[in-house]
Amino acid sequence: MENNKIKELERKAKIIREGILDCIGIDKKGHLGGSMSSADLVTALYFYKMRINPENPDDPERDRFILSKGHSVLAQYAALSELGYFSKSELKRTKEFGSFLQGHPEVRTPGIEANTGSLGQGLSIGVGMALAAKLDSKNYRVYVILGDGELCEGQIWEAITCASFYNLDNLVAIVDYNQMQASGPIKERYNTGDIKAKFEAFGWKAWEIDGHNMTDIIVALDKTEQVKNFPSAIIAYTIKGKGVSFAENNYSFHNNSLTQEQYEQACKDIASI
Amino acid sequence: MKIENLREAYGKELLAVAREDSRVVALDADLCGSTMTIFMEKEMPERFFEMGIAEQNMVSVAAGLSLSGKIPFVNSFSVFAAGQPYNQIRQGVALPNLNVRIIGSSCGLSDAGDGATHQSVEDIAIMRAIPNMAVIVPVDAEETRKVVRASLQHQGPIYIRITRSLLPALTNRHTEFKIGKMLCLAEGLDITVFATGIMVFKALQAREILSKKGISVRVINVSTIKPLNIEEIFKYTKGVKGIVTAEEHSIIGGLGSAVVEALCDMKIPIKIVGIQDQFGQSAGTHEELLEYYGLTAQSIIEKVEALL
Ligand SMILES: Cc1ncc(C[n+]2csc(CCOP(=O)(O)OP(=O)(O)O)c2C)c(N)n1
Repeated sequence: MENNKIKELERKAKIIREGILDCIGIDKKGHLGGSMSSADLVTALYFYKMRINPENPDDPERDRFILSKGHSVLAQYAALSELGYFSKSELKRTKEFGSFLQGHPEVRTPGIEANTGSLGQGLSIGVGMALAAKLDSKNYRVYVILGDGELCEGQIWEAITCASFYNLDNLVAIVDYNQMQASGPIKERYNTGDIKAKFEAFGWKAWEIDGHNMTDIIVALDKTEQVKNFPSAIIAYTIKGKGVSFAENNYSFHNNSLTQEQYEQACKDIASI
Repeated sequence: MKIENLREAYGKELLAVAREDSRVVALDADLCGSTMTIFMEKEMPERFFEMGIAEQNMVSVAAGLSLSGKIPFVNSFSVFAAGQPYNQIRQGVALPNLNVRIIGSSCGLSDAGDGATHQSVEDIAIMRAIPNMAVIVPVDAEETRKVVRASLQHQGPIYIRITRSLLPALTNRHTEFKIGKMLCLAEGLDITVFATGIMVFKALQAREILSKKGISVRVINVSTIKPLNIEEIFKYTKGVKGIVTAEEHSIIGGLGSAVVEALCDMKIPIKIVGIQDQFGQSAGTHEELLEYYGLTAQSIIEKVEALL
């Protein structure tokens, strides 16, 4: 991968983080932490890996992306608006009454593939889409971003079992492994253990990467395409709140509002990346 | 009028009863800062269980704890407490009639920003339909404390629905509370309004306005939606020209439905104020949503006037 392509993706990631701040604004609660930690992964999917066409959002051949940790939708809204699915001016209306940018992803929003928000369901929906691709002999691939706290949900493990049973090599699960959940660090709250080993034990191919290193991310995404007969999992080590100094690794910004000062600081932090 | 935080009242009272009764334990699914079980976790970490974001497991674990003599309080947002583990509640808790308390926090539309996935419009209906399950919606902070305390004496499972919004104090320390008992907050002769939760205060507001028009309205706080006190329903129905019910819940299966079921043999007109079979959505404030879905004093006034 050429250096300037990586640079371009990093520039996009910065735009996505700015978009997240647009969504959150001032004195408006929002899931800053998990959106910032997912930002580089979301960027690599939308601007590097996925074959999508904003002009034709329903193209049957398009790759699918499901944000199973739906609360991080601010990153997705930022990416979709950057791609032109809807106007950037909409971002500021996120979560306001009447806006089509709801608190959690809904299919009525252009570019959103599944309703999520109640944690634990997105990977199963991805399994359904991957099965449909096989049935219809289509080549599209399905990418699902999961939270590490979300991995506590039993349904995730039902989906993991199901995906390997059906040899879904067109399905990729990406764990945003920021090691935090809503109430604190997973190590103190509820540790789900060695995620990579668990995926492997359930019959998946799995890799661990730095989820803020664009080269790492795209190399891993490329590798998943070489795998035959197995679903792929990427465990992406990330930092909750990544890019916003006071929110990094700080779970009180899991879902919180920003004061005017904090908002300005956050904008400065992102600008200086 | 004093405005109070029901979640905080719940969390503190849970800790208080846990101090007095060693059977009390709390379980939470990564929302202790919201459900306010954090007070219990801080003071009694050994009797607080962080269950991770795994509500189904949490409910069945509570069943096991209950079968071993504990009184588990299971906590999450109402959609995740009542909806996600529905069959774990049904089979594991309600069928054997266990003393598990399921706390549905941030109920109704009160988690305004998060939208439909986090707003419960049908939790009363699903919990009410399960045999053995009691359903209680405390009206204010004081009543929340009393519900927590009274729940220790109740045999069988209870679903307790708690709002995220601050609510005015409508009762005080001396107000009598019993599970299954209604509370007449204001007398009236023309119409009886049976209301629950946040709508009780709105009913009192409606009563004020109507009284200026010469219409006399009785306001009943129905915090125990199940078991519904049929005798009191009859008592408060006698002599009035009609009934209005009001709840922050779907018109399908909630308080309105329960009252209609109770009065189906009576010749009395009934109107229901509730959400018209719709999901919630995001908004900046809870009030904005209450307004949009017609959960207002004005809606109650219109229903009352339509009956006269
Ligand atoms: C079924 C369900 N239970 C609870 C919640 C409330 N909730 C929203 S986000 C969250 C924490 C998520 O943690 P994690 O998956 O690690 O996400 P991240 O830290 O990356 O934001 C919780 C408990 C929910 N949305 N769905």
